[in-house]
Amino acid sequence: MLNVQIRKQFHSNGAQPFVLDAAASFAPGFTVLFGPSGAGKSTLLDCIAGLQRPDSGEIRLGEKVFFDAASNLSLPPQRRELAYVFQSLALFPHLSVEQNIRYGLDKLPVSEQTERTSGIAKAFRIENFLSRRPAELSGGEKQRVALARALVTSPRLLLLDEPLTGLDSALRRSILEDLRAWNEANRIPILYVTHNREEVDAIGERVITLVNGRVQETGAPRAVLDAPRSIELAHAAGFENVLPAIVVEHRPADGVMRVSLDHAACEIEIPLGDAAPGSEVRVAIRAGDILVATEPPHFLSARNILPGTIESRETRGTMVALRVKAGATFQVHVTPGAVRALDLSPGLLVWLVIKTHSCHLVR
Amino acid sequence: MNTEALFLSLRLAATVSILLLALALPLAYGLAFSTWRGKFLLESVVALPLVLPPTVLGFYALVAMGPRGPLGKIWQMVFGHPLAFTFAGLVLASMLYSLPFAVQPLVASFESLDHRLLDASAVLGADRARTFLRIILPLAWPGVLTALVLSFAHTLGEFGVVLMVGGNLPGITRTVSIDIYDRVQALDYTAAHQTALLLLLISFVVLSIVYGVNRRVWSPWPAK
Repeated sequence: MLNVQIRKQFHSNGAQPFVLDAAASFAPGFTVLFGPSGAGKSTLLDCIAGLQRPDSGEIRLGEKVFFDAASNLSLPPQRRELAYVFQSLALFPHLSVEQNIRYGLDKLPVSEQTERTSGIAKAFRIENFLSRRPAELSGGEKQRVALARALVTSPRLLLLDEPLTGLDSALRRSILEDLRAWNEANRIPILYVTHNREEVDAIGERVITLVNGRVQETGAPRAVLDAPRSIELAHAAGFENVLPAIVVEHRPADGVMRVSLDHAACEIEIPLGDAAPGSEVRVAIRAGDILVATEPPHFLSARNILPGTIESRETRGTMVALRVKAGATFQVHVTPGAVRALDLSPGLLVWLVIKTHSCHLVR
Repeated sequence: MNTEALFLSLRLAATVSILLLALALPLAYGLAFSTWRGKFLLESVVALPLVLPPTVLGFYALVAMGPRGPLGKIWQMVFGHPLAFTFAGLVLASMLYSLPFAVQPLVASFESLDHRLLDASAVLGADRARTFLRIILPLAWPGVLTALVLSFAHTLGEFGVVLMVGGNLPGITRTVSIDIYDRVQALDYTAAHQTALLLLLISFVVLSIVYGVNRRVWSPWPAK
């Protein structure tokens, strides 16, 4: 179990200094560290690794004290027995793949170095290019080498800072599969920083969200990311619509409350939450959770049906983003097929259909 | 051509650039990586020879190395002979004179290293010495070569400092630039031309090596 309780202030020339003030425990297995960029995720990992020194607090891995401000103790990174894969991977460009992997093993007998290197190379499927330099590897191969170099040292803690950024999802899944297999055999705490929702779902044991240097929520990925409780997190978790709202009335019998969106432009129903009538809140809705109809829909269970006009249309790869003015302005994602079938184009009168449970209360 | 003066200059430049590298590596390491607040003072001291007239530098060096100067006294005690107007005195003064030419390329190449590589090395258990030898030095080699070559070239062409602390003793302190000066004074322009041209060629070749290496023309590692 890794226990972290630290505070570190960064003095900048800007008005507000950034403060990392984080307290969390990390059990063996994967914990995803999720949050918008600039939330302090990499700084937190650097502090745990000993590359940056917190102003105060304590970091312990089991019995081993990494950092304790009270007794002015800070173990150097060399003695923390952890592995850290940076976002940039930081492979040594002048060393071969094999030399990179052996780098952290120099205190072991040569025979064991060789044994461990070939073992990890097999596990991460890089045994065929051990003699190459990092510049001669593809993105996915580099990422595998970086993981192998980190894990071959048999760390007691693993820090991963967006190690799979920039890979296509098939490659990402295959590397995650190898990583998970490794973790089955070596149960240590793994802190995994990512922005990528797909990775969160694939790894997903626990999520800790970090916003503005503070731990905001801890829990299962679905519970935390499908109902974000802060606006920064809502954006980071991929909620395209985060609208200002005022609670109009509670309807406990129906399990809902009515809120007026965007300065009384329109009213919708959202699940009953702990916000009193009259209070200002925000409502987060994924653009992909909104249906579009070209005629007034009837006989639907969905409670929110808003007439509106398409303001703009933009094709983004396999997805089309519509901006619809329906009182408030909504981002709506549809498929190119739907655009063709319904002839969705700017100026068209449409009805937006939003399920009550697709609307999330955000603070 | 005065080959004696030429070989003396080459010997001086080689000695100085190698000794200076040994001194400049730890100095540059400190300047590049230390977070000490007073670092700028050390930076200024290192850069001083760039702006000081060589005669000023040479004058202070001479005073220090003279029989009553602190350096001269210690030297006399240890080695039993004076320091001023010797080859060793020339080496010391030249090291001072060429110091920034060795330190600054090293600092620049250390600072341009990706610091995450050093972090990675530390997390993998390497102490500072190992990180320096296995990561910093191999990756900063263009800076090391630049430092060697620039201090070599700079020492080869120095005049003012040599004249102040070395005088003009054939085979001991009469370097090639002093020899050229002598020839011109004696109106022997042919000999002056020959030596000057050779010095020009050496300097050009040496600088071409520096610029070639820094553009990674002969880089042993493939581009990132």
